[in-house]
Amino acid sequence: MARYFENTTTFNFSWDQVACGYWKRYPNPQRFFNAKSVKIIEESIVDPKEKVLVTYTRNLGYTKVMSVVERVEYRSVGGQTIAHRSAWIDSQVFGFSRAIRAFGVDRFRKNCTQMVNGFNHVLHAMFPRASGAGGGGVGGGAPVREALREMRDAAAAATDRAKHNVLSSVNTT
Amino acid sequence: MNSIGEECTDLKKKYDDCFNSWFSERFLKGDHDDSVCSSIFKVYQDCVKNAMKQQNIDFKEIDKDVLGTDNEFKVPPTENS
Repeated sequence: MARYFENTTTFNFSWDQVACGYWKRYPNPQRFFNAKSVKIIEESIVDPKEKVLVTYTRNLGYTKVMSVVERVEYRSVGGQTIAHRSAWIDSQVFGFSRAIRAFGVDRFRKNCTQMVNGFNHVLHAMFPRASGAGGGGVGGGAPVREALREMRDAAAAATDRAKHNVLSSVNTT
Repeated sequence: MNSIGEECTDLKKKYDDCFNSWFSERFLKGDHDDSVCSSIFKVYQDCVKNAMKQQNIDFKEIDKDVLGTDNEFKVPPTENS
């Protein structure tokens, strides 16, 4: 049974800004990529009319050891953007699954702050006048996906795919 | 951000630029015509696919859609909301 984790954060940027910044959130000072390790894939759906961006990320391979699935929904609320993040962390290593799940959740929780800070950094750089007094937002919001730092290393693949999905979804709109 | 295939990074940058301006200037404004970047996307995607093959990335896992399908994980029920 996977462990479930969720949190909600606010970005002091409009939904349009967050949606545009989303594709440019890496690299940032909190998150840069180097080592090749676990690859992750991201799917996303953008609804420009309702102003909803949903991202869904999972790791490829090593899923028996640990699988992390993250879903983030960005919605426009007032002039701000609320990100609701859900994560499911599982492991099927006999005898260790419980410990690994607990480790995964702990890791994920800690990484959330970094993700949010990193995304806010990019947003502030892109839209300097926006949210001037807002600082980093109310606790952060969240850009992304992912969970284990190692699992994010190969986010390039995910980004590639995400864009592809955006294009696909446009085609079917 | 570089591509997973080093040789695709230049193409990725070109595509990223095209995508980002299309996204902000057209898509978000209601223009759903995505033909602007389609040719660069094709070339870039071919490059990435090749890189994926070389890195033995499982295409089956990549092509599988989860978001928006029944396979998507659901938030466990809680008392509130």
